[in-house]
Formats: sequence, C-alpha cells, structure tokens
Amino acid sequence: MSNMLTNITLKIWRQAGPDSPGRFESHVIEQISDEASFLEMLDILNERLIESGQEAVVFDHDCREGICGTCSLMIDGQAHGPQKGTATCQLHMRTFKSGDVITIEPWRAQAFPIIKDLMVDRAPFDRIVEAGGFITAATGGAPDANLIPVPKPVADASMDAAACIGCGACVAACPNGAANLFTGAKLAHLNLLPQGQAERYSRAEAMVETMDEHFGSCTNHGECEAACPKEISIDVIALMNSDYLKSKFKNRKSLSRT
Amino acid sequence: MSITLDSKIPEGPLADKWSNYIASQKLVNPANKRKFKIIVVGTGLAGASAAATLGELGYNVEAFTFHDSPRRAHSIAAQGGINAAKNYQGDGDSVHRLFYDTVKGGDFRAREANVHRLAEVSVNIIDQMVAQGVPFAREYGGLLANRSFGGAQVSRTFYARGQTGQQLLIGAYQQMARQVGLGNVKLWNRVEMVDVVNIDGRCAGIVTRDLLTGELQSHAAHAVILATGGYGNAFYLSTNAMACNVTAAWRAHRRGAAFANPCYTQIHPTCIPQADDFQSKLTLMSESLRNDGRIWVPKNPDETRPAAQVPEEERDYYLERIYPSFGNLAPRDVSSRAAKRAVDAGQGVGPLKNGVYLDFADAIGRLGEDTIRERYGNLFDMYERITGESPYETPMRIYPASHYTMGGLWVDYELQTTIPGLFCAGEANFSDHGANRLGASALMQGLSDGYFVLPYTIAPYLSQWLNKDIPDASHEAFRAAEAEAAGRFQSYLDVGGTRSPDHFHRELGKIIWDYCGMDRNKAGLEKAMSEIPALHEEFKKDVKVTGDAASVTQTLEKVARVDDFFELGMLMCKDALTREESCGGHFRSEYQTEEGEALRDDENFAHVTAWEWSGDMANPIEHREQLEYEVVQFQTRSYK
Repeated sequence: MSNMLTNITLKIWRQAGPDSPGRFESHVIEQISDEASFLEMLDILNERLIESGQEAVVFDHDCREGICGTCSLMIDGQAHGPQKGTATCQLHMRTFKSGDVITIEPWRAQAFPIIKDLMVDRAPFDRIVEAGGFITAATGGAPDANLIPVPKPVADASMDAAACIGCGACVAACPNGAANLFTGAKLAHLNLLPQGQAERYSRAEAMVETMDEHFGSCTNHGECEAACPKEISIDVIALMNSDYLKSKFKNRKSLSRT
Repeated sequence: MSITLDSKIPEGPLADKWSNYIASQKLVNPANKRKFKIIVVGTGLAGASAAATLGELGYNVEAFTFHDSPRRAHSIAAQGGINAAKNYQGDGDSVHRLFYDTVKGGDFRAREANVHRLAEVSVNIIDQMVAQGVPFAREYGGLLANRSFGGAQVSRTFYARGQTGQQLLIGAYQQMARQVGLGNVKLWNRVEMVDVVNIDGRCAGIVTRDLLTGELQSHAAHAVILATGGYGNAFYLSTNAMACNVTAAWRAHRRGAAFANPCYTQIHPTCIPQADDFQSKLTLMSESLRNDGRIWVPKNPDETRPAAQVPEEERDYYLERIYPSFGNLAPRDVSSRAAKRAVDAGQGVGPLKNGVYLDFADAIGRLGEDTIRERYGNLFDMYERITGESPYETPMRIYPASHYTMGGLWVDYELQTTIPGLFCAGEANFSDHGANRLGASALMQGLSDGYFVLPYTIAPYLSQWLNKDIPDASHEAFRAAEAEAAGRFQSYLDVGGTRSPDHFHRELGKIIWDYCGMDRNKAGLEKAMSEIPALHEEFKKDVKVTGDAASVTQTLEKVARVDDFFELGMLMCKDALTREESCGGHFRSEYQTEEGEALRDDENFAHVTAWEWSGDMANPIEHREQLEYEVVQFQTRSYK
C-alpha cells in the first residue's frame, strides 16, 4: 500500500541554453506518494509550473522502463540516483523519505554539453559507434543462423556487454569524463562473438581512437561500474585495452598474419 | 487527391507471389541509385533497417529521428522475442504454419499475400541479425534457443533474455551507423517531422522542426518512408514510451494518405496495473512470462488473504479452465478480455482490486529459482523496482493495457500509401496483423519491412523518376507548408489558457479507454464522439503552453502531438462504430457468442476500412478493400 511522503525540497539545475549561466532553483513538493516514480514527481512539478505560467523543467526521458537510455539525471551527486543498477526512470519515491532535500543536476562532462536545464548532448556516443561499432554484413547475404555455433557462455558474456543502454552515466560518474565503460561494452559485445572476429582489431582501434577524440582518459577509478544502471562489469575495459594494444600489431600490414 | 485502393497483389499462387514479384519488378541500376534521394522518418526497427539497407544499396538516404540518438526508438523496449519459421526445434513449424497462425491470430482480417511474405522472410531476418552480432539466447551446444509465445503451438520465438527489442534495434542501429560513417546515410537527430508536402500528385518531401532551435525546414526527396510507430498513446496510459505519437502518420493522413482500421488496437494482457492517478505510463511484463507463469484469481470476490494462503481449490486458473489447449498462452486479445471479465466480476487482486495474479510458484518448484532467474531475471527485477514486491516470493499482479496498434496508414503490397512516393513501414502501417497481432510478431514485421521488403518494393516507383527533375525544397508548396506549421505552433503559444497539455491528454485518453478500449458498444462510441470534439474545443481555448518556439520547449512538442490525438481519437471511434462485428482487438459487446467470445461477420465485414480525411474530423470518407482469401478458410477462431 502506498504511503505519502511530505515536504520534499528539490534543488533543480536550470540553464536557458548551452552558453547561458546556470543556477539552482528550489521547489517544494508538499506531498507525494511513495508509489510515484522520480520522473512522475517531476511531471507533477512541471504541470504545476506550466499552469502557474512558468517554463517547465527540460529533461530527457522516454521509455520509463529503464531500457532506452534517454533519462540522465544526476541525483544528489550520483548518476541515476541512489539505487544500484537502476536508471532514473525506474527510481521510485519509496527510496526517499519525508523532508529530504534532493539535488538534481544534468550529466556533467565536457563531451556532453548542456543543451537546456537537465538535457545534455550525447552525440559523441553515436560517433564512436559509427567509427566501428558494427559487424559489416550487408542485408541479404547472411548464412543460416545456426551455421556457426556460439557457445552459451560466449553468447551470455556478449549479451552482458550488449545490455548497455548508452545513457552516459559512466561518463557522468567518471572524474575524468571518460567513456571507457561504454566503448568497452560496445567492443565486448561484438569482439566476443565469432561473427565479430573479422573486424575485431580494426574495430578496436577505430572506436578507441574516436573515443579519445571526445572523452577524457581512464585512470581506473571504477566509478563507471558503480553508476551503470545495467551493472556492466569493468572487465570490458580490460578486454578493450587488450584488444587495442593487440590492434597496434595486428593492424600493421606486415604483421597482420601473425 | 481522390483515393483508390489498389492493393497491387502479384499474380500467381500465394506461395509464389513474393518470388514472382522479385523476379519481375523494375530495378534501379547500381550507378543510378545515388541519383535518388530517400527520406526515412523514424529510426526504430523498420526505419533503421530500411535506412541501413537502402544506404548499402547506394541510395542517397536521409534519416530523421526526434530522439537524441536513433538507438532510443521504442522498438528498444520490446521484451519477449521475434518469431521466425526456422523449425529449429523440429516441432512441426513451417512458413505455411507461421503464415496461417498469423492470419488466424489476426482474426482473418489481414491481407493473405502480405502475411505470407512476412512468414517467408522471417527466416532471413534471423540469419541477418545473427550475422550482425545480435547475441540471441543459445543452448549449451551453441545453437539458437527458442521459446513459445501466445497463439502458437510451436516454439519459434528467438530471444535475447527479456531484451530482444533492444538487441535487434542495436543491431539495426549499428548497421545504419555504419552507413552514416560511410557517408551514405545522413542522420538528423532531435528533428521532428511536422508535415508531408505533395506536389503534382506525388509526395515531394517533408517539413521538419528542429527540437533544439524550433527551426522549420523543408526537405525534398524522390520518396519518403514513414516508420514512425503506432498510436497507442491515444489512450494516454499505455506501454508506449512517453514521446510515441501519431503526428507523422496523422499529418500524412491529412495530406491524403488513407488511414486503415484505426479501431484495431491491441490491449496487452500482462502489464503492471495502474497504482495511482498521477501515473504517467504503464509497464509491460513480457508475454514470455506466460510460458512459466500461471494466471489465476480467487474464486471468492471477497478474498482478502495473501495469494500464497489461498488454497488451490479456491483459485480459478481461468485461462487453463476456459482454453485448455492453449491455456496460459491464449492470444493477447482473448487473454485480455478474460482478465477484464474476472476483474469486472469483482475477483480482482491487489490494493485497488484491479489486477489478476501471474504466479510462478509452480515453475519455481519445478525448475528451481535459478532457472527462472535465468529466463526472466531482468523482468522480475523491473517488477520489483516498480511495485516493491518480489515475484520470486509473491505472484505478480497484472492487468491489460494499450500496447500496440494494428491499424495505421493504408499501404499496398509495395508498402506505398495512397500518396504516390510516400511509403510506410512497421507499426505505422496497417499491413500484416489484421485485427490482432500475435506476440513476437512486431519485431518480425518491422525488420521484414525495412530489411527485406522496402528495398525491393521502392524501386519500381523510383525507376519512373530516373533523370527527371523533381521540385526542390525552394518550391512554393514547401514554403506554404512551413508557414502553416509555424502558424500552428505559434497558435498553441497564443492560447494562454489555464491547463497543461498533459491534462487534456489524460482526459482524452480516459474517454478513448472507457468507450473505445477493451469493450466497445454503439452507445458508448456515440457518447465518445460527442465528448471528444467538446474536449477538443476546450483544449483550443484553455490549453497553456509556457516557453517559446525558438528553443527546447517540450511542452510545445507535446501540445502539437495531443492536438493530433484528438482527431485520431475521433477516427478510432468512428471506425469502431462502423465495424459492426467483433474481431481480434475490436470487441463490440453487441456482437459476441453466448460464451462471450468475439463474433465476426465475414459476410459484411471481411474488408479493410480505409478512411480519407475530409477536412472535418467528424465526417471522414470511408473506402473499403475487400479481403480475398485464396488459401485460408474462414473459421471461428478457437483456442479451446
């Protein structure tokens, strides 16, 4: 059964545009059911703002099932808030208590400039994928799906990495603004599968170097793994580093057959 | 533009139609493909796979998404799986059986030739997705695993945990990203289509609005593909993502594209029941759970004990009782109505008595908790996050909710709408599911349309424009459409009323759900058709939009979408009122058997109803496409 939380203070980051100064704005939610999701609380606030003639708080969100990766809030300094393995949209108010003061900010990272309020631009993730995050297999020529068996542990490990929702929490949580967990997850998904072997090292080199153009460097803090709503293991970074190192040999023509 | 419905079904026996079509269609030679510009609106499964494949073929493609990245499209939320007639399990599956199950599942209201084509290419989809690196579930020997879904007696559903849509969309997105990297596809992010422009009787392009700057821009092309999803959010509460809307399809409809079967909406039986009035959306629990979960309600409406304490003999496993041969895997429409009957009879469970149990105790006892965690772990976790209850310990509570829309823009066999040069793919068209879609068939249709159908069927249209001039975006028709859109967006800001767009959306959704939801009747539909225009008038006078048209203003995006839902809602009711029979997801309480099952009228209603916009939302113009069945015989659909 639902219980009511009372007197929740929200300190929300407001910023009119990429180059405008930002500031915190406080709003009090007098009463909210603990069955409400965190974003439903923001919906309620926004309706109140609109109906009183103020501009609604801009924030990215869509599926509200924790799978599309659109939502992206820094809640009390934690990417996606206090609940482990949970995207912002799946966070519910039962995680909070009456009288709490909750600070809500956008992702903070140089590669993710703020667009407005809590909305940021995560386009560099797409650039990393465009650089090599695929298996070249044009439509129509694929062999029968069961031709190449994939051992279950391999398929499972690939799936663990492929579960990445591309939300950017790893970057937001990282003190360096590095995207190694994201890039590592994309690489592990494809590089573990037999279908991904042909382009394994060209993929690793292209994606890592595109990542480096946009993001900071990894210094093994491990904050990314702790913040990841899909709990992707930091092991994917080790695999990425290993494949990237090998790529520097494998991708040299004279050594490519070794 | 006057409408004629020519389905362009190829000649020949059903099983040969698609191969005959491929063998005889007009082609565009590789060197000429780059001369053609194709716009793809929407980057879900259908849009991304179409953009990727057309880009690979050498066409000059521009893809538009209103998301920040193509990977956000709502295909990503599909959980359970994708069907294909691979017969890897050796359990008697075949292309014909998948075709037949889909026609029957659609309650004999789908076009035979389209469905057969879908079943044929289903096998190619799995091959293609595996080659692209989709990590489907595997058996220990390394071969692909399958599970069962509603409406089928074979195991033909391929899956990637409970995240199949995510994995397929990432697969299609990656293929498109490759083409973006190669420069064959130009990607427009955070850009929404707001109008279709026709010049000289053909679709000449689109007008878009940049969601960051509010800038309206015209884009001319040889052909436009809409892959913009369904309209389930007309009900306000649905399993659709918050941004899902009908605007692209509706704007095309207003410009001359017929809208087919809008009353065919799917209410999915297994969603988490609404907990409160402020709820923004409903969450699906995959149909795959019905492989191992048993659905029941207490026999006694006054039951107050926790589920585990209700003895076996006081439980009603109503699906197993009424439909013994399909049991808990009865199709979605059938299962949804059965749940509604139980709740309406007062047997509902949970604090608001608005759900039924989906119980895993037997499965956990039989298979162990680890196996159940392996199969459904992420779904159980999601359920617990939302409700605060663990399905390992207490049964899930579920109730039907709006999930998918079978209706959509009318298309011919080539997926072309009634506007020449405007094509429509995926959930946005009406093409393959008839009056009810079977589980795990939406992913199949989206990828079929995008990967294996459109790349062939768009060529005959394009070939006639080779080396001919088409109007560019400076044409006055584009200017006029831009001005009209600018006026429309400004008008929302100018109303200066008192209520938010969400307020009106919620009210509208309630009307549509109450009168055009799971159970419809003449009086209710007529009532809805008088209430919707009244609410629409109030909306025009009293809606409040804050912000401006020249920066990110999500309220302005929303209000325009709600406006289109009003007009669509009227058409849904009109269509439901006109279809005086029950079939699939369309259940008219006046037309039911003594046992409460849907009663079709094949004599009078074995047709597609395609509506033409007349300028007056209360009086659309009706057109009909008679459905001719060569192979399938009409039957009363029974899952008993």
